[in-house]
Amino acid sequence: MKILVPIKRVPDYAVKVKVAADGSRIETDGIKWIANPFDEIAVEEALRLKEAGVATEVVVVTIGPEAAEQQLRYGMAMGADSGLHVVFNDELDSDLASRVLAAVASRGDYPLIILGKQSIDSDANQTGQLLAMRLNRSIATFASRLTVEGGAAVVTREVDGGLETVRIPLPAVVTTDLRLNEPRYASLPGIMKAKKKPVEQLTLEQLSVSPTTAVRIRRLSLPPKRGAGRKVADVAELVRVLQEEAKVL
Amino acid sequence: MSTIVVVGDIASQPDGSTMISKSSLCAIQAAGEFAATTGGGAVHLLLIGQGAHSAAARLSGSTVAKVYWYDAPAVARYRAPTYASVVVAAMKQIGADTLFCGASSTGKDLAPCVAALLDAGQASDIIGVNPDGTLRRPMYAGDVIADVEITTAAKVVTVRASAFAPAPTSGGAALVEELLSVGELPERGEVVGYELSASERPELSSAAVVVSGGRAVGSAENFEKVIYPLADVLGAAVGASRAAVDSGYAPNDWQVGQTGKVVAPQLYVAVGISGAIQHLAGMKDSKVIVAINKDPEAPIFEVATYGLVADLFEATPALTTAIQGVKG
Ligand SMILES: Cc1cc2nc3c(=O)[nH]c(=O)nc-3n(C[C@H](O)[C@H](O)[C@H](O)COP(=O)(O)OP(=O)(O)OC[C@H]3O[C@@H](n4cnc5c(N)ncnc54)[C@H](O)[C@@H]3O)c2cc1C
Repeated sequence: MKILVPIKRVPDYAVKVKVAADGSRIETDGIKWIANPFDEIAVEEALRLKEAGVATEVVVVTIGPEAAEQQLRYGMAMGADSGLHVVFNDELDSDLASRVLAAVASRGDYPLIILGKQSIDSDANQTGQLLAMRLNRSIATFASRLTVEGGAAVVTREVDGGLETVRIPLPAVVTTDLRLNEPRYASLPGIMKAKKKPVEQLTLEQLSVSPTTAVRIRRLSLPPKRGAGRKVADVAELVRVLQEEAKVL
Repeated sequence: MSTIVVVGDIASQPDGSTMISKSSLCAIQAAGEFAATTGGGAVHLLLIGQGAHSAAARLSGSTVAKVYWYDAPAVARYRAPTYASVVVAAMKQIGADTLFCGASSTGKDLAPCVAALLDAGQASDIIGVNPDGTLRRPMYAGDVIADVEITTAAKVVTVRASAFAPAPTSGGAALVEELLSVGELPERGEVVGYELSASERPELSSAAVVVSGGRAVGSAENFEKVIYPLADVLGAAVGASRAAVDSGYAPNDWQVGQTGKVVAPQLYVAVGISGAIQHLAGMKDSKVIVAINKDPEAPIFEVATYGLVADLFEATPALTTAIQGVKG
């Protein structure tokens, strides 16, 4: 069984992003880019399924500019076997991403697609669900445990109120939550090997996907700043200000 | 003009009865605001699943036009593809082109499934409706606010509950009606187990007071010894940082932050939490923030209304006792 794992190039989560003065875009100069952390968790889970003998091959795919090959190579340095790079320089929303990924998935045989529940840039939490529906597949989002047995995936999901376990037939799409695993680091030999692994470049035309989006960003701005607070000396002062000033007790 | 269907979550009450969830009422409020910007289309509510009928019957005073409900063995348990088909069937019958739902775990799961079936664009987790009909939503863990426009004819929106007041459930005159035919429903899997983190405390997303513990609390036992007593004197819900959840000190659905729950209570108390941007994303809109941290440089103090530099194991029990004294 081959597993497909989409990876998105996103700004490092430790970076505070800045908005360009005219509100049209994010300042990307000098930003450090990483693979979306939830996608790293997806790669790790796919590799574990391969190591357990459930999967035979892990293919990573990214949609993005030439530079996004770095994140693809990172997935291969972790251990993925090969990469697909859909080269695309324009604005990408979840709708377009899901249509591209559906076209990519249809070119191969991937009973399982694992991807992050959200990307930490757009925070949209849509692509996995859109992809599953476009491919007429079963879906389990927010996975904190995944096993594959007898043509089905058993997935424990993090939901409001606790954990829910579902059994879904393959082919399926699974989106990862934080507790699914702790991703390995790419080792030095892994990084060396990844340089030689095959990456196939594709375009939207080749995939017959039109480059339209369904959601357009009109303006970007910074959130209102909270008024500065202050330090209190001790518990007694804290209780007094909560009572007299904030009036929350 | 757009006709909107709001899909509501059904919450079971301690007495076994069912009610619409608070976050769904906030979604109705947002839907009303959006309808007004498009020239005033109707807003309808749809409740699906076990208890839908009794929850719907309680909403005849709602300000929506109609409350539809649908209950059948096939929808006894929530599954995204099945529920999505019910929603699409309902929208066709009603003539609606827009779906709103709360950004609960169900709403986050379901909304994009409907969007795919309708070829609709989706704005996730909106925090405001602008007069020009664009929708405000946070990106980059709340570092950036985007005004977005959905450019497709059909539209899907999920709503951050903490950013909208709940719509009223009295004063209106809603017709309550059973949704009759939904056509064939896909199955694609089954629910095989639940592990609910039962709690007597208020529900985290809508609580007026939240007390959260971080990595520094150190263990599940310390949560019980240090965090719970403070929560209990305040009548508060308990939350946690990712580090505390990852370490097993607190259940997963207590995680507050970018990728957990978003809260905006009257009072948020952060105990032993550093204040990473991913945590702040989930609580920085709280009215009053109290931080207890032994590191005076901890970033949590940048958003705290009141910061106390102290060892949490001394300060928290002392605070609990002092508040007990004040509250009598
Ligand atoms: C993709 C992604 C998503 C994430 N999503 C979330 C999310 O939704 N929510 C979230 O919370 N995090 C999230 N994180 C993690 C986040 O980046 C931080 O790692 C996390 O919030 C840190 O938790 P913490 O503050 O409890 O621990 P730490 O950062 O370790 O902070 C512990 C604090 O306790 C203080 N302390 C230590 N001992 C004491 C004592 N005795 N008394 C008082 N204070 C003491 C220390 O000074 C320190 O400030 C995410 C990270 C990533 C990469």
